[in-house]
Amino acid sequence: MHAVELHDITKRFGTLVANKAVHLTVTRGEVHCLLGENGAGKTTLMKILFGLYQADSGSIRVNEKPALIRRPDDAISLGIGMVHQHFMLVPRLTVTENVIAGSEVSRNGFLDMNAAVEDITKLAERYRLRVAARARVENISVGQQQRVEILKALYRKADILILDEPTAVLTPQETDDLFEIIRRLKSDGKTVIFITHKLRETMAISDRVTVLRDGAVVDTLNTAETTPAELARRMVGRDVLLRVERPPSDIGEPLLAVRDLSVASRFGTAVESISFTVRAGEILGIAGVEGNGQLELEEAIVGLRKVSSGTMTVRGKELGSGPDARRMVGMAHIPSDRLRRGVVPDFSVAWNLILGSQWRSPFSRNGAFSRKQINEHAERVVAQYGVRCGSIEAPVRSLSGGNQQKLVVARELSRKPEVVIACQPTRGVDVGAIEYIHNQLLAMRAAGKAILLISAELDEVRALSDRILVMYEGRIVAERSSDAGESELGLLMAGHQAEAG
Amino acid sequence: MTRKTDETTLPAGARSRPSSSSEAVRSALTELGLSAFAIVLALVISALLMVTLGYNVALAYQSMFRGAFGSLHGISQTLLRATPLLFTGFAVAIAFRAGLFNIGAEGQLYWGALACALVALTVEGLPQPIAVGLPLLAAGIAGFLWGAVPGILKAKTGAHEVITSIMLNSIAIFATTHITSRYFKAPGAVDQTERIVAAAVMPQIIPGTGLTAGILLGVAIAALVAWFFGHTALGYDFQAVGRNADAAEYGGVSSKRIQVLAMGFGGIMAGVAGGIVVLSLLNRFVANFSPGYGFTGIAVAVLGRGNPWGVVLAALLFGALDSGGMSMQLFARIPSDLTIVVQGLVIILVAAPAALRAMVRWRKPKVEPVDVA
Repeated sequence: MHAVELHDITKRFGTLVANKAVHLTVTRGEVHCLLGENGAGKTTLMKILFGLYQADSGSIRVNEKPALIRRPDDAISLGIGMVHQHFMLVPRLTVTENVIAGSEVSRNGFLDMNAAVEDITKLAERYRLRVAARARVENISVGQQQRVEILKALYRKADILILDEPTAVLTPQETDDLFEIIRRLKSDGKTVIFITHKLRETMAISDRVTVLRDGAVVDTLNTAETTPAELARRMVGRDVLLRVERPPSDIGEPLLAVRDLSVASRFGTAVESISFTVRAGEILGIAGVEGNGQLELEEAIVGLRKVSSGTMTVRGKELGSGPDARRMVGMAHIPSDRLRRGVVPDFSVAWNLILGSQWRSPFSRNGAFSRKQINEHAERVVAQYGVRCGSIEAPVRSLSGGNQQKLVVARELSRKPEVVIACQPTRGVDVGAIEYIHNQLLAMRAAGKAILLISAELDEVRALSDRILVMYEGRIVAERSSDAGESELGLLMAGHQAEAG
Repeated sequence: MTRKTDETTLPAGARSRPSSSSEAVRSALTELGLSAFAIVLALVISALLMVTLGYNVALAYQSMFRGAFGSLHGISQTLLRATPLLFTGFAVAIAFRAGLFNIGAEGQLYWGALACALVALTVEGLPQPIAVGLPLLAAGIAGFLWGAVPGILKAKTGAHEVITSIMLNSIAIFATTHITSRYFKAPGAVDQTERIVAAAVMPQIIPGTGLTAGILLGVAIAALVAWFFGHTALGYDFQAVGRNADAAEYGGVSSKRIQVLAMGFGGIMAGVAGGIVVLSLLNRFVANFSPGYGFTGIAVAVLGRGNPWGVVLAALLFGALDSGGMSMQLFARIPSDLTIVVQGLVIILVAAPAALRAMVRWRKPKVEPVDVA
């Protein structure tokens, strides 16, 4: 029995073909992973199934009947639910209010909130979706918010659940909880379509996996009969090293030192008296679930945010104010949010490659640009770092996420820095580019540079770092060596100091 | 419960096709095409309006075209009227590149005009280039100072430049009137200064038409602005702040400083516009002289889509509508107010690019499929 059959689905955005004659069959009651790199067309395909986009051609069958899905309403009435990557919740409303919004229970025209709370509590218990029905969404954790989204779908009687990159925002423990929930849904006969670009999750949770590349289906496989390496090869189209080699390195003098750094935020203290030192030839990783002060720490170090107290030095010299002063002493910064901070999307590749050096020789003299120098620099860097772009005049907006990130990495590392502040350096980047960026960071390490790696990807921190600091609620709660176990770090990231200690 | 709309929800890959510079040229042409389409559409709608009101459309547009381009006199009238709009257009467009909306060009223009006239009253005996140059310099400085105020207010307090610059317009108009009538009033009923010295009057480039070197200055400024945005670090900083202020800050640019400068630079343009009107048209400062040059400048900048040469073309169009409107009134007996209707329609249509695009797409056949692999 097939829950979903997508037949020959093609979808274009302008000249880009996001889905190319895609065939997908999802069996009822299975967990089916849609695996692919960013931009492979996974989300587009599912948005077509959910009625958010219309396919240009092709047909859809749901529960073995032809289905015409023009709007999400149509999909919902066919028993399809979708949990988006970016939650669609009203923070100020309660869990119950969020779940029932649009399908309110009423009695004599009045909202029967007690009945709704009861319904939702029952539903949540049935699938072990632990969440308080009367809690306000703004007061619950991201993991719980995700459960609210799942509840929304189940409340609308969804039999087929689409989860779009659901683990991106979760801690390892929360991910385990989610997998538990998915298994329960499956045992209850629900069908789950799980969008991801992570091989490990695919192996852990799915029954079958469909690999997408460049908008087309590469293959559909039984998970039990495949390996991560094989999946990676199909995803990228070539062999990929899943683990980077981190050879021993000569650790030298301290280059970056942070002492008792505190940063205020609107709600209180974002960073509380943090101290650490990064030495030459060392990668210091800061692990933590997003939103625990990493952004504030990052921006304070690179001079984009005011510090309440504390000192920061490079080679013993105190840093002046602003990002320019950092560049002067050889600090490079790969920002955690490339589209917000790292690039001006409307600027050309060449112009983005001089961001931060636009007033410096050889690019400008007395404020007038040398077009020749700027273009030569761009050609050189693009070639050296393998940034794929149509031309150096192309707007950065037109590059893929992976290539935008490569451009940022290339710009920052081509400054020949002494200290690199690398924040979420591989976020939203495909497997091939991840491998490349990791190797670049390791090359900097081998060249005797000091690297501070702030990342929410625990795998990344563990693979690259010589030492690991765990950040929780603005503080460093633990320091571990690079061979610390994943579950131990995961618990520390979730704030379980005692159990893990 | 916000759902991002189409562009932002496209998968990363949908935006990821590497484009080339030919694509940039194509998109510039599309922009130009949309502006042209807006103009044609505005003329068509106005024609329908004229038919409804019982006017002779053919005669109207014929006399309009003749008035604007049909003779040396017409062309000079068009250029003459385009000149101040060219500068006020830049006053808006420059700030716009830095992400700011300068609604204050009108006020900056008044201060520029007054400063220019007061200096031009005193340059007796200087050689003509200096006698013209000094008052224009004063106009630019006055415009800069007045223009920078909303920038400073925004940088220091976060006050929105649209609100403050609108308010500053009224202050400028009344203050210049007051200063003129109180301290510099020439004998007579009108609040105006004495006539400026002869050497400060701008030389006419076509004698007898009133067209002065101001238009040449305007074209030179267009080239300067194009160079500024394409080839200088400061121009880079302006656009970085306009396009992505967070990334600009990351790149070491102080967006507050740029806000002040961008509004100030816009003010220079508007101030010079006022100066040129004084030196080539009025030959004195007259209270309340502007028929809304500063406000029309907003339309010019929008129609020119912030592009320096686009601004030149837009200013020419508005100049042509102005001079053509006069002859339309004269020969076709249609109130020249109708040209204001045409201008208004052009602005509405240009300001609604989405609607225009939809119309253009509606007429086009389906896009050819392109393979992605």
